[in-house]
This record gives sequence, C-alpha cells and structure tokens, in this order.
Amino acid sequence: MSFLDLKNVTKIYPNGTKAVHETSLSVDEGEFMVFVGPSGCGKSTLLRMVAGLEDITEGDINLDGKLINEVDPSERDVAMVFQNYALYPHMNVYNNLAYGLKNRGIDKETIEQKVNDAAKLLQISDYLQRKPSMLSGGQRQRVAMGRAIVRNPKIFLFDEPLSNLDAKLRIQMRLEIKKLQQKVGVTSIFVTHDQVEAMTLADRLAVINNGIIEQLGTPIEIYDNPKSLFVAGFIGSPQMNFLDGNIKNKTLSAEGFEIKDIDSDFEGEVKLGIRPEHLSQSENSLINLKVDLVEQLGSDNLVYGHLKDKKDFCYRCPGNLTIEKGADLSLNIENNKYYIFDKSTGKRVN
Amino acid sequence: MTRFITSSFSHLILLIGILIMVVPVWMIFASSTHTSSMINMNGLQMFLGDSFYENYLRVLLYQGGFFKEITALKMFFNSFIMATGVAILSVVTSLMAAYALVYYRIKYATLLFWIIFITILVPLELRIFPTYSVMAELNLVNSYFGLIVPISASAIATLFFRQFYKTVPDELLESAKLDGANTWRFFVDFLIPLSKTMIVAMLIFMFVFGYNQYLWPLLVTTSEQYWTVVMGLKMMSGSIVHRFAFVMMSMVPPILIIIVLQKYFIKGVFQDK
Repeated sequence: MSFLDLKNVTKIYPNGTKAVHETSLSVDEGEFMVFVGPSGCGKSTLLRMVAGLEDITEGDINLDGKLINEVDPSERDVAMVFQNYALYPHMNVYNNLAYGLKNRGIDKETIEQKVNDAAKLLQISDYLQRKPSMLSGGQRQRVAMGRAIVRNPKIFLFDEPLSNLDAKLRIQMRLEIKKLQQKVGVTSIFVTHDQVEAMTLADRLAVINNGIIEQLGTPIEIYDNPKSLFVAGFIGSPQMNFLDGNIKNKTLSAEGFEIKDIDSDFEGEVKLGIRPEHLSQSENSLINLKVDLVEQLGSDNLVYGHLKDKKDFCYRCPGNLTIEKGADLSLNIENNKYYIFDKSTGKRVN
Repeated sequence: MTRFITSSFSHLILLIGILIMVVPVWMIFASSTHTSSMINMNGLQMFLGDSFYENYLRVLLYQGGFFKEITALKMFFNSFIMATGVAILSVVTSLMAAYALVYYRIKYATLLFWIIFITILVPLELRIFPTYSVMAELNLVNSYFGLIVPISASAIATLFFRQFYKTVPDELLESAKLDGANTWRFFVDFLIPLSKTMIVAMLIFMFVFGYNQYLWPLLVTTSEQYWTVVMGLKMMSGSIVHRFAFVMMSMVPPILIIIVLQKYFIKGVFQDK
C-alpha cells in the first residue's frame, strides 16, 4: 500500500450532483501529485475529501496505512494552503504560524523554535509581528505556506494557491513551491486549472474531467501520449489542433490530405490531433495554411490561420522566421507525431 | 457669493436645530443650580446659580419613595446593575445564537432566524402579562434577575452578529479546523476577536436599552429597593430643583458610556469588518 490511497472514492452532493466518480489513486511518500482539470471538474472536491472538509459518499481514503474516512480534519495531520490563503486576519504572522501548534499542546519554546525555523526557510522572519493585512500578495502566500510547513504534516494540500497572484509572481512562487517541496520532502497534492503550472510542478499528474481521472502519469508521458481527446486538448499550450477525418483500410483522409499506413486498425469517423509545435514547413506539404495572425513571442512565433475549409489552425515556429499575414504556408507533420481519436468515444486509437 | 449665502443658510438651519435641542436641557441644568424658592418666584433660569452642590448632594442621598427606603444613589446602582446585566446577557446570548444559526448544520436555520427576527415586531408591552406571570411563578419578582432576564434576548443583536458571521469566509473555518480548532475554539479564537468592535457597539446599544426601561421594572418590582433611575423620574417626590437635578443626573450614564466608547460604536455599526 502506498502512502495515500484512494479507493473508489465517490462524492454525491445532497442535491444529487455527482462531483467525483469512483476514483482510485495512490500517491507515494514524498511525491508531488498535481490534479489538473477545468473548473468544476471535481478536482477541488477530491482534495477537500482528503483534507476532511467534505464527507466521502462512498469509498475509502487511507493515509499512512490508516483509514481516515471518519477522522476529523483536525486529527488527520494534513495541512492545506487555500486559494485566498485564509490567513487569520486578527493574528500577526507569528501567531498565524503558531496557532496550529498551540492547539496541539506543544510547549512555548518548541513553538518558537519551529516558527522561527519555518520563517527563516520562507524568508518571512522580518514580518513576524505584522498583521496579514500589512503584507503583499507574495508575502501572504509565504505565510500560508509557513503555516502548513510549521506543523510538519503528513501531507500538504494546495488548492489553487497561485491563482490570486500576478503572472510574474506566480512563476516565481511556482518555482519556490517546487524547491521547498523537494527540500522538505513532504508528500503533496496540488490542485490547479493551469496546465503550465501542472506540467512544471508535478512528479505525477492526474488529468480530471467531469469527476473522472482521464489520465494519470508523469507530465511528459501525458504530453507525449495523451489517451483521450480531452487530455490531448487540455495539456499543451497553445492547444492541439483537431481536424475531422475518416479511416478506411489504414488510410486516414482529412480535409484536403491523406495519411497512409497509419498504425491503427480502427475504421470510421475520427479526430486527428496535431500539436502546433510538431509542424514544420516543407516542400512536399500535407497541410496548406493561410495565415491570419502572427503572435511574436520572441523565442517563438505562434501562427494562427485557417485551412481550405475555414478550419482554425495553429502552427508554432522558431522566432527567427518571418511570416507575413496572408501568406500561404505548406506544412508537414514532423516525425509522424499525430494523434488519432475515436470521434464518438474520444479514446485514442493509434 | 451665492455659495456663501446657501452655505450660511444651511448653517443657520443647523444652528436653529441645535438650539431647539440644547436650550431646554440647558435651562433645566441652569435651573437645577438655584434654590427652589428662586424658581418658584422667577420661573426657569438661563444662568447658573450657586446651589449646585447642595441640590445634587441632597438628591443623591435623599430617602425617597412612599416608604422612604430608597435614595437616588441606590437607583443609580440598580439601573447600572440592570443595564449592565441586560447588555452583557443579551450580547452573549445573541453571539451564541448567531453562531449556532450560521455554523451549525441546523435544519431550517433560516426559518428559525426569521422567527427570532419577528420578535422585533412583538414589543415587551404585548407580552407583559405572560412574562410577568412566568416571573411570578419562578419567584423572581423583586430581584435583579427578574429585572434583567426577560428583556435580554435581542433579535437585533442576533441579526447583526448573524450578518457579520455570514461575511466571514468559509476558508477561515476550514483552515482553523485543519489547525486543530474545535467549534468552541473557533468561536473564542476567531469569531469573538473578529467581531470585537461590533460587540462593543452592541454592548452600548443594549446598555442604553436596559437603562431606559420603564414599564418592565415598574411591573416586576414592588419593593422600592429595586427602583431604577427611569422609574425614579416619575416617582421622586421633592421640590422642583431637586427633580431637575435628578433629571440631569439621569442623563449622565448613557452619555458617558457613548463618549467613552463612541470610537468602537461607530466602527461597529457602520463598518462590518
């Protein structure tokens, strides 16, 4: 048995909404697990069930070999960082950190020691006497993390903690969270709807949609080998291009081009997925793109255009190529990196 | 120029308003510092006389009432006990009622709240006989307990605290839970400190409410030992200057409490966090 074990966990709200469907998942000790999915997919509910803030309708949750279904949140030894930090507004930073320790009946000197250590680690020692309202967003974020670290819990739970920060700070805090987690080595679950955050932070990634884990794996596995249409569309930025197509006798015909000898026995209606970064310009072209718009990011250009039948399409090329609006590009798929999905079920077929 | 005229005009109206409010009070005060023969001969006075200490001291220590059992000093003491009791008890009960209504999983909590709220429409006067009979059965007539308890459930204070608790983010409770706080600790460590200013505001409010009670103390006390200041205003016998002095003194406690705590009062009523 692994460190955290979810077995057929289901959440049905009193009004009948099924937020989480029989989900099973295990997280190893020290692992950084990320739940990623669109809003309302049940990822936060799943996290809150681990924390004990939501009742479990069915299934079991084991933490460190102990069934915790009925254990009170205060007894679970988990720490959580909330989206809006939920700092205690009437306490100064020191007491914010110390409160959980005080409730556990730890003596004053040990508390002081632990708070000071955590503050040092997070570089918030200078603000210990301040109230949360006197801190900036990034500092509050650190205090929230400090409150989690200081208790030395079995597991850290992060509920979209970066979404209230501005873009630059978000990237910085993302790095710090990752570093900190590696330093402290505590098992962590991080919930986010941002796929870049998910990819960069995760040891393993659970892509969740409609209360179901669509795919579980390392970020690279999921990027390279998406098992469903949803995962393919969700992971990767800019989004994967999807084209309608049809397979007959191992030949895929899409709008205006054909791919022969595909590695699939599937026959019928499909969606063909191609990542913008897996295209290149070449003579013997497969796809003809009429350029509508070019976004220059410096290192890369994102070229947005349409195919013959007005279908939107995106191509990512190196930033040193100059591409004019209105140009016609001939594109080829690099190394046969394309994905075919059954149109009716959304399952991968190649 | 026109601006000067309009602003002078509005100032004039304000000044007249202030005079209408202040002059009668001032006249009573000024008159209360004269001898009663002076008032009887010359009517109300606009300027201070020289009998201030004599009159006020006499009023404080005068044995009043039908049986000459009570002094004004004792009335102030009674009023203070009653007003403080009402203030503390009603704030404590409404804090806890609001906590239960907002944070406990009570079925029909909203309905319950509205039932509590409707009691605002039912004044004490309407339920005065049943309330009296309960107090009589419990043998609480002529006691501080009987003076305080029946008017110490405040729907208004419950409303204020409930609305405030509803603005406290749920994450705070969840975070506190994960930090090992039980329901009691959350109440004591979080809700009470967070609603500190509102508690002070409500204490003042309920103190003045308790202090101003007239009908209830009149009914529930038969012994002069339990007379309050507001009852005394009606019951005090004596010369006119002494009554004036008593009226003046009766205004002091509520004014004092508002002056001392007005900073909190304004914060608590007009600012919800």
